[in-house]
Amino acid sequence: MPKINLSHFEATMLFALFTSAVLGVVTKKSDKERLRYGLTSFGWFAATVFGLGWLMFLGHR
Amino acid sequence: MSEKVMSPYPAMPPITKWLPVVALAWLVPGGGHFLLKKTYRGAILCGCSVIMFLLGLTMRGYMFQPMTGDLLTTIIYVGGFLADLSNGVLYILTKMFGYSAPDVAGHTVDYGTKFLVAAGLFNILAVVDAFEIAVGRKE
Repeated sequence: MPKINLSHFEATMLFALFTSAVLGVVTKKSDKERLRYGLTSFGWFAATVFGLGWLMFLGHR
Repeated sequence: MSEKVMSPYPAMPPITKWLPVVALAWLVPGGGHFLLKKTYRGAILCGCSVIMFLLGLTMRGYMFQPMTGDLLTTIIYVGGFLADLSNGVLYILTKMFGYSAPDVAGHTVDYGTKFLVAAGLFNILAVVDAFEIAVGRKE
């Protein structure tokens, strides 16, 4: 079986992508709402990753 | 002045109507939705669960064994085991083929472990969603 090494950024973005898609599908009732929720959720995940990333970077200086 | 309390949910249908859906939804990610002819949603749930699981395996994620001890150990290991078990046929096949990755330190293995657990949690959400569709609480 192949072995892959993902960076922190790649792993968290993949996690954010799939989690947003699943949450969008199971929580909303129409396709439009699902798409909007999925994109919003992904945006918040990404913003959190960048925010915490900068926080850790500045905290280590 | 007796007011009849109205339930927000329709009456529960017989178990024979929803149990096969729930069982298939657990066994095959997205399977319950496919059975209910919700192909598009089933495909997304199936794809997300399977890809997360395969990514977890290729990162050599650790598969939890139920272990008890102090409260935190019990929550992490039993909870992790239940989440891994929720992957249904993916978990069964992985165990059948003898997958066994040690719980070692390192960010790739750690992410892999979380991906395996997350895939199982996605499947639990899919099972609940399929159940709600089967009993008429959701379209």
